[in-house]
Amino acid sequence: MNDSVFTQLLDLACGAFLLAAVAVLWLRQLTSIVRAFAFQGVALAAVAALLGLREGRGELLAVAAGVGLLRAGALPHLMRRVLAASRPGDGGGRYEEDVSEARETRPLVNVAASLLSAALLTFLAYAVARPLVALDPTPATRALPVALAVVLIGFFTLVTRRRALAQVVGFLLLDNGITATAFLAASGVPLIVELGVSFDVLLAVLVLQILTTRMRAAFGGTGIDDLRELRDR
Amino acid sequence: MDDGSGSGGGAPDAGGRKGPLRTGGAGGLPGARAGSGAGGDPAHVDGEAVQAARDAVHVDVPDAAHAVQAAPEADRAATPDRGVRTDRAVRTDRAPGHPPVPPPARTATSAPAPAGGDPGRPTAPHSYGTEDSVPRLPSLVPWLGLVSPLAILTCGAVLATELPGAAPLTACGPLLRADALTAWILLVVGAVATVACAATPAHLAHERPDPAAARRYHLLVHAFLAAMSVAVLAADLGVLWVAVEATTLVTAFLVGHRRTRASVEAAWKYTVICSAGIALALLGTVLIYYAARQAGVPEAAALDWTTLAARADRLDPDVTRLAVGLVVLGFGAKAGLAPLHAWLPDAHSQAPAPVSALMSGVLLSVAFAGLLRYKTIADAALGPGYTRGLLTGCALLTLAVAAALLLGQRDYKRMLAYSSMEHMSLIALGAAVGTPLALSAALLHMAGHGLAKAVAFCASGHVQRLLGTTRIGRVRGLLARAPALGTVFGLAVVALLGLPPFSLFASELGIVRAAFAAGTGGYAVAALVLALLAFAALAARTARMLLGPPPSPPSGDRAEAPVRLGPAAVLPPVCGLLACALLGVTAGPLTRLLTAAGDLLGGR
Repeated sequence: MNDSVFTQLLDLACGAFLLAAVAVLWLRQLTSIVRAFAFQGVALAAVAALLGLREGRGELLAVAAGVGLLRAGALPHLMRRVLAASRPGDGGGRYEEDVSEARETRPLVNVAASLLSAALLTFLAYAVARPLVALDPTPATRALPVALAVVLIGFFTLVTRRRALAQVVGFLLLDNGITATAFLAASGVPLIVELGVSFDVLLAVLVLQILTTRMRAAFGGTGIDDLRELRDR
Repeated sequence: MDDGSGSGGGAPDAGGRKGPLRTGGAGGLPGARAGSGAGGDPAHVDGEAVQAARDAVHVDVPDAAHAVQAAPEADRAATPDRGVRTDRAVRTDRAPGHPPVPPPARTATSAPAPAGGDPGRPTAPHSYGTEDSVPRLPSLVPWLGLVSPLAILTCGAVLATELPGAAPLTACGPLLRADALTAWILLVVGAVATVACAATPAHLAHERPDPAAARRYHLLVHAFLAAMSVAVLAADLGVLWVAVEATTLVTAFLVGHRRTRASVEAAWKYTVICSAGIALALLGTVLIYYAARQAGVPEAAALDWTTLAARADRLDPDVTRLAVGLVVLGFGAKAGLAPLHAWLPDAHSQAPAPVSALMSGVLLSVAFAGLLRYKTIADAALGPGYTRGLLTGCALLTLAVAAALLLGQRDYKRMLAYSSMEHMSLIALGAAVGTPLALSAALLHMAGHGLAKAVAFCASGHVQRLLGTTRIGRVRGLLARAPALGTVFGLAVVALLGLPPFSLFASELGIVRAAFAAGTGGYAVAALVLALLAFAALAARTARMLLGPPPSPPSGDRAEAPVRLGPAAVLPPVCGLLACALLGVTAGPLTRLLTAAGDLLGGR
């Protein structure tokens, strides 16, 4: 694969990666958010695979496959299970579905302002990433701002979304952004660290899934705004 | 609601412990009574709840257990605050002196409950069947939990005698390494964990979780200790990060152990804030890896701490600056430093007392020791000014937050949690000063704070069990009501206030002296003023809890006799206090280790 094709494919994958993060902010239906997240996992695996092909490293291709399986397969599957558990038994058909549980109803920042913030955060990422690109300007490091933008958007999602599952997706966006940074900056961290990080992320999602179930049992819903027991007074 | 708990396939036993069958029967009684007192003052409501629970206990003992479990559910309609208090009141009333409640049989959690009846309620002979052999085993079994903390302590002691002056030891290829800092933190982890695990049997004896919950509790506590040990021993910054994140995940269920609404909320906040915060540290680590690769360090060694510290002068300064900023923010979140500290008071006040002791006493220090390793790299790459500015800013901000919230604090567990933030910010200040003396003093402060805070949290667990409240305003005359407990709690707070003979006095003095010697006396003065505010608040609130006559019993009973704690409950905290005082008088053979660790971090 020659240089320009590689650069174009890499930019395409990174563009899809960023677009998926923006779509998470744009969408309201939680199932669609999970789908956007799975799409982002595919884009991330494509970035890793492209780098592996470029450098001719088989282990990077294996890591790409693992990343794809985890982030486009296992994690979305876990989140769909949370969503499925939140639906009351479908005895009477779909009209009795609890709509508020399946949608991000009242984010702290509405969708239009969120998209605007995403644009600002992307600018910020480009400004912050300048020294990173300047250190070693290659096609891969030139795409680093995109990864940082996804980190920032993930943080933004985590702070402004008020459904437990949307917060989990925000955390995972953050993590996807960090993994993408590692791939773009240095073709991935050493394998043992990559394995440890993936394992931790999987465990974190499992823990949050169980906590969501308990939250629903204790509070009757998964709205973060209901968590008001603990205060300093 | 109940559908949610039953249908969650991922929750190991959520289906068995909650659900409609528990809210039925006598379980609804306490909640209903408490709910009827909505207009009255809080104490009145509590009194009724206690009375209701007493009725339940007298009628049918197993029902009391169900009442305890069902209380949060029955109160769901009531205001949240009252719901929690009722739960605590019932829990406490059950605890002392009543015949042992048979632990619910495992069948109760595994077998599906038929509709209509109440088959989930275990009968006494059933629960003492063959599969529940715990009550019959000799009393040595609860103390098996001491094996792993003592092993950690022994390893720390062996390393402490071997290491000063010798080359670091490595294991597992390039992944684990033990140097002077490792040995010191291992000693702290071992000592504090010994105190906390020795206090666990007394704590669990009153909590009486069912066997599955107790098993899970022990498993998670020891996994927690293992994760902390790996974090301390890690030679590779990536492994360090993985281990620190693992501590978060393991402790999430320990924080949510009690399964009240408050503890679920605390566990959620804890997991989300700490995972997101520590993710920033991962980003910083990745950037340092990038800078190291660009500086020509081979892939296998690019996250190795010794290599990085030796070659730090070749790292790109701009990238390192960004990376270290992220790392300070991330590990600072885990170490309880502002701005990502919001999880700390919630998690520490909701976790079971021994877990709070471990989290506050050592987890914060372990995370901060990780930060210290990054600081050495940053200082070599950027000069000492950058991390000094960052850490001083974080420390003063944390101190201001902690002092302000201590001044208005009404909950003694949260008070202890904010006191942890205060002490972590003093440690951060010592690290910011950065001279070997300051670093040794900060390390000594970790040990003293860990021991004193572990004792204070274990004692506060007993206070909560005894009085059924965590409100400072409802605790009066503790010294008269429970002399041993009051003394232990009081002495632990005296240690936390930084008074001699405890080691926190010596280490605070050392940090301040080093700050003046390094020419950063201004920050030290600002920190001292804020610490004085915290001192006043902590002292005044503790004095209100300890002193004064015990309140007269509300229902005209005869005055209660002073509560005695068994030796199992008193001995561990006394040992912790003795160790803390001993460290304050002389560090003895540990002086060499402390000096070596300070030199290692302070760049010789």
